[in-house]
Amino acid sequence: MSISFKVNGESHTVKIDDVNTPLLWVVRDILNLKGTKFGCGKAACGACTLHVDGEAVRSCSYAVKFVEGKEVTTIEGLGNKENPHPVQQAWIEEVVPQCGYCQPGFIMATAALLKKVPYPTDEDIDNNIINVCRCGTYYRMRKAIKRAAELSSENMETETQKS
Amino acid sequence: MKTQSILFLSLFLVAVLLWATTGRPIAPIYIEVPTDEETALSSEEAFHKMMDVLTHERCVNCHPSDNVPKQGDDSHPHYFGIGRGEHNSGYQATNCTTCHQTENNPYSGVPGAPEWSLAPHSMRWEGLNRFEIAESMMDPERNGGRTPEETLHHLTEHELVLWAWTPGVDAEGNLREPPPVPLDEYRGAVEKWFEEGHKIPSK
Repeated sequence: MSISFKVNGESHTVKIDDVNTPLLWVVRDILNLKGTKFGCGKAACGACTLHVDGEAVRSCSYAVKFVEGKEVTTIEGLGNKENPHPVQQAWIEEVVPQCGYCQPGFIMATAALLKKVPYPTDEDIDNNIINVCRCGTYYRMRKAIKRAAELSSENMETETQKS
Repeated sequence: MKTQSILFLSLFLVAVLLWATTGRPIAPIYIEVPTDEETALSSEEAFHKMMDVLTHERCVNCHPSDNVPKQGDDSHPHYFGIGRGEHNSGYQATNCTTCHQTENNPYSGVPGAPEWSLAPHSMRWEGLNRFEIAESMMDPERNGGRTPEETLHHLTEHELVLWAWTPGVDAEGNLREPPPVPLDEYRGAVEKWFEEGHKIPSK
């Protein structure tokens, strides 16, 4: 069966026998975007978090058939070295990662949160950022999330002034 | 003459045999089946059959009293600190649909159905007995303003409710336990109880 969708702004059509294949494996193994990680495969750890139509989803538990006609954003599409997303910038400034494996999932979850809650409180962070980091970088992540909120706000102000 | 006598005797014997086989009363060969009246549940029996389902964890896990969804046959609090949120579907950016889709996921063991969410807080059933649940269910102040017809529809047609009979596998790949009454029997019992005036038996 063919399934068509956009990933990071580019249109893709994939042919796949099992339409229940997790989106994670299509993104990693067919589209060769390795930034999204496999962690638990049970929608528990959040390492596989990406965005579908702007909403954070656990791609290990998201059948590829559900992505038909939708827009997917992976960590590769969030920003790049020259023009990082505010969350990526904040992650760099606060030197968040240790081993780094789980960080794309955290960054994608945070980016989704800031779209809904531009200035998240500690409670908002506790409720919404429930991914798992075995290195225990939670303290630095919390600082980075708040820094990302500041950076997002500054970016919006700059864009407003330009327009 | 002798030949005629033999022929007559033979015809007589054939006639006797025919009479013997067709004229004798035949033993009745039928199975006695109970009438509808005999098989019909009483309203009280229908109530208890319905409540055997509605008190099962497949139902009560999503009708919590403390804003925390429950999981599993042991009704443990939902992992990861997930809570009701403002709209009964989790928090702003991490909500039910972050993990739960419109159908069960056989790979992750994450259950799913359309409109996956908690019942509103007014519909809390956790900790109530079957009679109290029925009272809550029929009380428009607590059931979301549903009429009896709408409650009947919710109980027998809502896809999220019917998911209980196809609950899929858990994270270990083991089949989840469905409610203790088959779906058709449950539906029949619910319809009967409503037809009979949805009277809650005395406790």
